[in-house]
Amino acid sequence: MTGTLIELAGLFALLSLLSVGGGNGVIPDMQRAAVSVHHWMTDATFLDLFAISRASPGPGSLIVVLIGQRAAGLAGAAVALLAMYVPSCLLVHIAARIWTRAAEANWRVTAERALAPVAVGLTYASGIALARSTEGDLASYAITAATTLVLSAFDVNPLLLLGAGAAVAVSARQFQ
Amino acid sequence: MTHAKPPPSLGALFLCFLRIGAVSFGSGMMPWIRQAVVQRLEWVDDRVLLSGVALSQIAPGPNGVNLAVYIGTVLRGAAGACVALGGMLALPVVFLLAAGWAYSHLGLLPSGSLFGAALSGMGAAAIGLMLANGVRLTPRNVQGARGWGVMLAVAIAIGAFRLPLLPVLAAAVPLSLLLTFLEPRGARA
Repeated sequence: MTGTLIELAGLFALLSLLSVGGGNGVIPDMQRAAVSVHHWMTDATFLDLFAISRASPGPGSLIVVLIGQRAAGLAGAAVALLAMYVPSCLLVHIAARIWTRAAEANWRVTAERALAPVAVGLTYASGIALARSTEGDLASYAITAATTLVLSAFDVNPLLLLGAGAAVAVSARQFQ
Repeated sequence: MTHAKPPPSLGALFLCFLRIGAVSFGSGMMPWIRQAVVQRLEWVDDRVLLSGVALSQIAPGPNGVNLAVYIGTVLRGAAGACVALGGMLALPVVFLLAAGWAYSHLGLLPSGSLFGAALSGMGAAAIGLMLANGVRLTPRNVQGARGWGVMLAVAIAIGAFRLPLLPVLAAAVPLSLLLTFLEPRGARA
């Protein structure tokens, strides 16, 4: 039991620092470690856990909670969660502190002006990449386009549009 | 200029991110964070948020979680970072533990056709939310040939050509810094 917890901690602490650009890049490593290296589960179980994590709120890398739970119960889930998020969050926290200390420094003003268009570009890039990664049925694209237009023009609570998207997708499925 | 208002209490910060964590279906938490901390609560402005967005992408870890830690740190230091992180992950973790238990003990999977359809519809709407966020942010944060050039280069390189994030940022961030530095003083309003 303790051995499994240590294995979970070591695995996810390492993957935490390697998960550049979100958690998706390290999912194959998690699968290899959980199935082939440590034999915590079969490939089929891993894919089921992956599906559960996609159908849940929160970042996709929260799949570590399911892996930890499967390998060592509640303690395993807790260890996996901490190992996955503490190292990367510590890095961000330290960078944010440096940023805050530099409040009115010239370099920070310049950096903010330089980073703003990069961040806006990344926002568009995320939207485009996500849209391309879906199965690409017509209803999904229509929902994405309609939501983009409505929220660009009006101050509507986004939750309403999320509900509308679910309703449209469910009725589209019914009429197929 | 860092805070548009006096910093919020830790409780308010926790509740704010608890709500964000609960609605963050279909990836892309940044629009929800912006809607809450910039538009609704006015705790920070877009300049502060966008620096955090860039930092969140450069650092390892999920962008939404990193952005929560950044906002928490900017507003209330280390305690704020912990509270924002805990708030954001609390409900999703409870949901996952319940779903994992139901799967292991009852063999339940959330892949019923209607539930799956509803999820994919919400995911499609969440993508629209992300794109609309870009549209809203563009006029005030992207200006001049430098701004538009950098923004389009990043969006096209990653979105259209699917180049990996890290090399694109390794090129775009220093280039944008250099161009900003070279701008005439008067243009730096």
